[in-house]
Amino acid sequence: MKSIIEVKNIGKKYNIAHQRGGYVALRDVIANIFRNPFAFVADKAKSAVGLKVKEEFWALKDISFTVNKGEVVGVIGANGAGKSTLLKILSQITPPTEGEVILRGRVGSLLEVGTGFHPELTGRENIFLNGAILGMKKKEIVQKFDEIVAFAGIEKFLDTPVKHYSSGMHVRLAFSVAAHMEPEILVVDEVLAVGDAEFQKKCLGKMDEITKRDGRTILFVSHNIAAVMSLCTRTILLDHGKIVDAGDTDKVIDTYKKIISARNKNLTDISLKNRLKRTTGDVLFEIAKGIKNNKESWDFGANEDILLEFKAIAQKDIDNLLFYMSIKDSVSGEIVSNIKTVISDKPIRSGKSIAFSISVPKKVLRPGHYSLYFTLSDIESKIFFDVIDDNVNIPLLNIITTSLDEHENIGFFSMPYTLKVND
Amino acid sequence: MSSGTTIIRPKRLFHLSDLRELWNYRELFYFFSWRDLKVRYKQTAIGVVWAILQPFIVMVVFSLFFGKLAGIPSDGVPYPIFVYVGLLFWQFFSDALGETSNALVANKAIITKVYFPRLILPTSSVITKFIDFAIASVILAGLMIYYGYTPQLIGFLILPLLLALTFMSAVGLGLFLSAINVKYRDVRYALPFFIQMLLFVTPVIYPASIAGKYSYLLAINPMMGIIQTARAALLGTTPINWMLILASFVAGLVLLAIGLVYFKKVERYFADII
Repeated sequence: MKSIIEVKNIGKKYNIAHQRGGYVALRDVIANIFRNPFAFVADKAKSAVGLKVKEEFWALKDISFTVNKGEVVGVIGANGAGKSTLLKILSQITPPTEGEVILRGRVGSLLEVGTGFHPELTGRENIFLNGAILGMKKKEIVQKFDEIVAFAGIEKFLDTPVKHYSSGMHVRLAFSVAAHMEPEILVVDEVLAVGDAEFQKKCLGKMDEITKRDGRTILFVSHNIAAVMSLCTRTILLDHGKIVDAGDTDKVIDTYKKIISARNKNLTDISLKNRLKRTTGDVLFEIAKGIKNNKESWDFGANEDILLEFKAIAQKDIDNLLFYMSIKDSVSGEIVSNIKTVISDKPIRSGKSIAFSISVPKKVLRPGHYSLYFTLSDIESKIFFDVIDDNVNIPLLNIITTSLDEHENIGFFSMPYTLKVND
Repeated sequence: MSSGTTIIRPKRLFHLSDLRELWNYRELFYFFSWRDLKVRYKQTAIGVVWAILQPFIVMVVFSLFFGKLAGIPSDGVPYPIFVYVGLLFWQFFSDALGETSNALVANKAIITKVYFPRLILPTSSVITKFIDFAIASVILAGLMIYYGYTPQLIGFLILPLLLALTFMSAVGLGLFLSAINVKYRDVRYALPFFIQMLLFVTPVIYPASIAGKYSYLLAINPMMGIIQTARAALLGTTPINWMLILASFVAGLVLLAIGLVYFKKVERYFADII
């Protein structure tokens, strides 16, 4: 039997100008032609004969793989690895620059749940609208209507405008509509990053059911390694637009972890220029890493103490030194917590190195992926000496759990409390 | 949605399978129009009344200034009814144009997340304008009764044809503008001005006869023939000029062709640059 998805040498090129997100104004284009007509003509001529050097980059290059009917294939990779671009090509939102994809079946994509929901319309109206946008026929929607409503659990709010829904209800309804469209190929991107744990489990269950019972095929992109492990038999690892590893999920996830930790070997070399753009560089981080069992690691179990080690070297004489770090939710970027602590209130001489570590007791941070932000500054936080964050590719701090008890997995941190039962 | 095999390749210009795909997605036309209507009448306090009030007020103002004060001729028909026939079609055209050209940018979230034939968005945004047209026609009926005009039978028969021509021209120009609007975001600021200018080169507030022997030049504008014919058919100002209708049809067809070709050419990259 032929594979249901065949991807052959797919590549996608972007012009950097597009990536900057700036809009081109027709006014400027026209003004430029008048201001500098010769340059404009020369430019056009150059690009016509192919002499012009364009700023471009390949978001994906030479991607080939096949997926068989009934398989659940995971796609993982760091931010910017090209996962979303791949899914956008497969769901026909954007065309590839080269290569070919053959899809032998109806494709449903779940790139972001709730797309096309209109806040002013009621839940009932939005089910029809969203279903139609996803490609369902009206008859089909009518048929599955009750099932969709029941799965989302919003019976009572069917005739309430969606703008009054909680974000949880919103996601539940959206997933429910998409899950009931019954495509032969379902493309899912990060939908489980939202919604409460109970519903996430329900979604995973539904996806499992779709494949096992109906023999449908799912391509699943997620940062949630636990979800990929539990759902996918085969996984593809992307890095910088290329397939680095593919095959057995456990094996590929091991490779993924190796890649991520290797990326952070030597801080002094990494993007020093980038760091200096924003800081004075009077004190520079030389080491910033997570330590588990005496080895560098950014993955900690929920039941393990988290240890972060730092080493910094003063490049000039400084009066005092303050360390600040914050932990952010990797999805929303919201600060979950932070630490601000004085490393030294006495002057430090140039050339001296300062080593320190931060440890966070186990079971404080809830399972999830956190982005990190470290700075060194003076005590008043007026002069910043060095900063390390996403811009210098610091890995995510991953708190991993094997527990299926959703009450241990939701939220960001465990609140300390004491319980007293009075009798 | 496509059962069967889909092949995704880098470049694909207009293809017969596009038509089949549009047909598969035909319900989406209805759903987008339905959404636009629902939302509009939910958010506005006066809702349907607005569709009547707007052309009515414009008619009163125009009659006062252009008809009474400026004394613009109206082919022997009372000015209010003369200008209202023009306004009815003009409003349909200009509203449709405004709506279409914004349709893609306004639905950015959907375009970057879900696939469906993009043509549906600008096209369906015109469909709601038919409802406005129908509602605003009530005023015309009132005016005709008031001034004692009995329309010829041909007037009723030709109306759908004129509407179809207006639709075609608006969609054609709208497709072009909506696609350009994705790339150049200042287009939408220039558009109201552009539409305003168009109003003055279209015989809405004045009869085409005012241009004398140059009036054929105005025929490049498809709305000219449409409005002239509507007046001829409904008010009997002049005999119906079939050549004029043909000119409008050709002009509309050219607009539609340009719009479609340009739209198809840039369509696949909307998601990347929007």
